[in-house]
Amino acid sequence: MQSSKRRSQIPVHVLVFLAPAVLLYTLFMVVPLINSLRLSFFEIVNQNQQSFAGLQNYIKLFTDSNFAPFFWRALRNNFIFFAVHMLVQNPIGLLLAALLAEGGRVRDFFRTIIFMPTVLSVVIIGFVWQLILNPLWGVAESMLKAVGLGAWFGPWLGKPETALVTVALISVWQFVGIPMILFYAALIGIPDELTEAARVDGATAWDTFWRVKFPLILPTVGIVGILTFVGNFNAFDLIYTMKGANAGPDFSTDIMGTFFYRTFFGQQLQLGNPTMGATVAAMMFLIILAGVLIYMFLWARRIQTYEM
Amino acid sequence: MRKLFTIVSLLVVLSFVLTACGGGAAPTQAPAATQPPAATQPPAATEAPAATEPPAAGEKVTLTIESWRNDDLSIWTDKIIPAFEAKYPNIHVVFAPSAPAEYNGVLNTKLQGGTAGDLITCRPFDASLELFKQGYLTSLNDLPGIENFGDVAKSAWITDDNKDVFCVPMASVIHGFFYNKDIFDKYGLQEPTTREEFMNVLKTLKDKGETPLVMGTADQWESATMGFQNIGPNYWKGEEGRQALIKGTAKFTDEPYVKTWQDLADWAPYLPQGYEAEKYPDSQTLFTLGKGAIYPTGSWEISQFEKDSGFNLGIFKPYVANAGDQCYISDHTDIAMGMNAKTPHAEEAKTFLSWVASDEFAALYANALPGFFPLSNAKVTLDDPLANEFLSWRQECKSTIRNSYQILSRGEPNLENELWRVSAAVMNGSMTPEQAGQEVQTGLEKWYKPQ
Repeated sequence: MQSSKRRSQIPVHVLVFLAPAVLLYTLFMVVPLINSLRLSFFEIVNQNQQSFAGLQNYIKLFTDSNFAPFFWRALRNNFIFFAVHMLVQNPIGLLLAALLAEGGRVRDFFRTIIFMPTVLSVVIIGFVWQLILNPLWGVAESMLKAVGLGAWFGPWLGKPETALVTVALISVWQFVGIPMILFYAALIGIPDELTEAARVDGATAWDTFWRVKFPLILPTVGIVGILTFVGNFNAFDLIYTMKGANAGPDFSTDIMGTFFYRTFFGQQLQLGNPTMGATVAAMMFLIILAGVLIYMFLWARRIQTYEM
Repeated sequence: MRKLFTIVSLLVVLSFVLTACGGGAAPTQAPAATQPPAATQPPAATEAPAATEPPAAGEKVTLTIESWRNDDLSIWTDKIIPAFEAKYPNIHVVFAPSAPAEYNGVLNTKLQGGTAGDLITCRPFDASLELFKQGYLTSLNDLPGIENFGDVAKSAWITDDNKDVFCVPMASVIHGFFYNKDIFDKYGLQEPTTREEFMNVLKTLKDKGETPLVMGTADQWESATMGFQNIGPNYWKGEEGRQALIKGTAKFTDEPYVKTWQDLADWAPYLPQGYEAEKYPDSQTLFTLGKGAIYPTGSWEISQFEKDSGFNLGIFKPYVANAGDQCYISDHTDIAMGMNAKTPHAEEAKTFLSWVASDEFAALYANALPGFFPLSNAKVTLDDPLANEFLSWRQECKSTIRNSYQILSRGEPNLENELWRVSAAVMNGSMTPEQAGQEVQTGLEKWYKPQ
């Protein structure tokens, strides 16, 4: 009797351990997030007075010719930015991880070198790459010339057709270490018995990788994909550092983050509009939420049953 | 085990989403937060009494100046502020600039968050007018010294009904072209005065293997400010054209505007290789290294260029279409200073602003920053020959200001931003001059009734 009563009581120690994280998280993450969502339903009339506007801001975002084209362009650019990461960053990360997992003496050295850009400040990355690619004094042109490809060089960061992909590739260069480390950790976690058994059965290294190892790291593939998605749709700093809030040339590098910044904080003679900014932020939240839900219900579930 | 892993990883992902979104969306997480908070608080010694109370006599008060002129940091800290502090020993002034492109955003955020400095450097026209309307700047009508300024000088920092002045005008800048005299002498070239002469000079220089014209379009604003607004007034007849736009009797699709963009498009072949990715500091460096002959810009570059260039500098004014035409220059009221309405040191801030309105400041500022011309009625003698030459254009030509600054940038899409975008696109060859005119005009008509 005594013991069952104690069991039904609220476990105080659990609350005590949870409290610091929950409180801080609520205070600095959940409350601002909800407040920001709330702000997107208001408009500022005059003298900083907020008045409830219902869905007016959202209607404006999707129909007004000052917002809608910008929103769709930013969204499209953001998907291109994401596609470059999925097609370049993650396969290269997987390749590097597979090579590293094979072992070798210089493994630690390469692992550190490849991971290094990830811990550098984005300001440094932006600055260094702008210097490298600078058509006036950058080394990129002379390096291409040295191997006879000088004609291929162009002011990539300045042309509307190439600027976005160039910035995306710089971001790939910076963050390729993260998928690499995640894949690497998953690969070295695979028991040797499985690969040995495959080898005894006569499988080549290629077959072993694709038929034994890769299916086993599928959960990590999903995690990397969703982390890339979330990271890319929140991206802002690299483009802001390299191309400014106007995301030039001709808005060709404008993604959701820079669009949000311009709307919220203003730019040069354009004044900031907090409520419309909050609306853009709410859309970013919804897009990311949708992506995560798709991942949870389609990918993660499938993998779980597959494993069992 | 696997199941646990999946659950944990899902939690990780979810927390990532929340963290990331919270960060992006929360108005409290403004980028300004990464900057050191402005020192609106008195220094440690005076911190004990409530910050809002005026400090007792003898105590030192610190005033912080918000500004976008980070190029002038050393001039303020070495010349201007010491001159003021020598006169008013119990006021300590700190000049705390942010990057020009970020200034407006950072300042608005700081003002909203209550962390802005005591003195605010004012952008001309609407950006500052809006700050005044929102109550972030105080009216300075009764400031001793404000009577030293004429109506034109105050026009950029006054309410539409001309009742309240809210910033003390400090300086204007004049647009023009710098050139490398050594290169011009080498090929026996003269300063061009007409469009034809200018294009001939560019062609000659290109044939000789020089880079004729230094300018990049990566930052976008150079194309608009140093290209479009520099040569344009000669086509649209300065104030006449600017007022016509405001009245609605002229359009951006009219000949003068299309012609101006056509000129920018014609400049493109003479720009450095890869100018599409060339930024403003790249251009400055290229020119001061002597690797380019002509640099379209404005008087604000004088002090930097005189310090950095190892050759003889010359300037010429924006070319006119035909010899003998009346010339117009963009003489832009650019900088003023106002007071943060919420400053705890209003008395001291006013003392500083009165000093900014004085003849002493005008002379000090104009000579410390050659190329920034005082707006007060004070008779100031300039020591710098280039600055004097710029100033002499005011006698020969008619002055005007950038046409996007007064009234016309009040709506969406923002005219100034549009001019940046299309001017850069025209120079990049991704838009024709006619398209540029059409896009800007369509944008303006959308919200501006007189058009």
